Amino acid sequence: MQYKKILLNGMFNENPNLRLLLGMCPSLAVTTMAENAVGMGLATTAVLICSNAAISALRNVIPKEVRLPSYIVIVAGFVTAISLLMEAYLSTLYESLGLFLSLIVVNCIILGRAEMFASKNPVGASIVDGLGMGLGFTGSLLLISTVREIIGNLSWFGLHFAGEDASGMLFFILPAGGFFVLGLITAAINALSGYRLSKQKVGCSGCPAASACAKACEKEAV
Amino acid sequence: MELWKSIAVILVGSIFVDNFVLSKFLGCCPFLGVSKKTSSALGMSGAVTFVMTLSAAVTWPIFHYILDPFGMSYLKIIAFILIIATLVQVVEIVLKRVLPSLYASLGVYLPLITTNCAVLGVTILNIDNNYGFIESIVNAFGAGIGFSVALVMFSGVREKLETCDIPKAFRGIPSALIAASIVSLSFAGFAGLIG
Repeated sequence: MQYKKILLNGMFNENPNLRLLLGMCPSLAVTTMAENAVGMGLATTAVLICSNAAISALRNVIPKEVRLPSYIVIVAGFVTAISLLMEAYLSTLYESLGLFLSLIVVNCIILGRAEMFASKNPVGASIVDGLGMGLGFTGSLLLISTVREIIGNLSWFGLHFAGEDASGMLFFILPAGGFFVLGLITAAINALSGYRLSKQKVGCSGCPAASACAKACEKEAV
Repeated sequence: MELWKSIAVILVGSIFVDNFVLSKFLGCCPFLGVSKKTSSALGMSGAVTFVMTLSAAVTWPIFHYILDPFGMSYLKIIAFILIIATLVQVVEIVLKRVLPSLYASLGVYLPLITTNCAVLGVTILNIDNNYGFIESIVNAFGAGIGFSVALVMFSGVREKLETCDIPKAFRGIPSALIAASIVSLSFAGFAGLIG
């Protein structure tokens, strides 16, 4: 029962990408095609489950002072393993994701969940949390890429449904289109959820750099 | 002469054509997070440019003289992220001692940089593109300047947005994203500037 709640929490209530606004870079960069978006989402999910499990298992061993560097090393290890596996078995996907596969290391969703969840909860719950957050991230990438690919390229998962000489709106494939679609989707979610996203809830709380970021903003206030 | 030419091409490329934030989507978090005020945007861009250039200068020799000859290039993600994390710490300590005035203006932004994907991204791109030492540093510096240009321009846009009457659903992040889209569209005009 509790596991189900954690799973649904990651997928909907606290969707890392659309509700907490974490991991923006990959969600803009790889979403020109639905296929790449799902590949990226699943790769992130795999890393997230592994790193959550490892960090949760080691949570009583890692000294508090050096926890962030330790998390980064653990995550980097899993990212290396996953990208080697993908290079061997899914080489086309590996080629098209390119740099962003390596950059899963600095995806704030992963460090955020390590800090917020895995470092405080038992292994089982952390694995379920990783799965829920990962699927939530995959779902949101799929949503963004579906909009962009259908309007921009007149296809879905590489399947063309328009005539040969029809061409989509280039704008949605351009980087600018990524920002635009994500802006519209977050606005829609804002409206659908009845504007309940309080300022504390959005963005910062889940991010490992939150305290430093807040300090940077405070400095401006002075 | 060849070197100068390739340096110029890399510099123009990384500042305008392949702008890190607006066309490669690296460093979006600080782009959206630290762009509410132009003054903080300036501080952040200074810190990012500095750390980027420095980490490119440190990671290049480590990759080409240690990792590559010993067949350990698959360790580059782990090695680079550790180097960047250490470097940020060292820079923070050194600045605090040697240049307290610079530390006062950049210090608060330094901890944010470790998890900035633009810094890790530029070091990995340098290796993937087979750049030489000088080219790597130029590329990293150009990327930093490109990041700064985008961030400072965008913060100007956002300062204006603050005073606008925006529909309720678009307040905050959604309107910032739409604004980023328009800024990014203007940079799309540079595409094709260099072959």
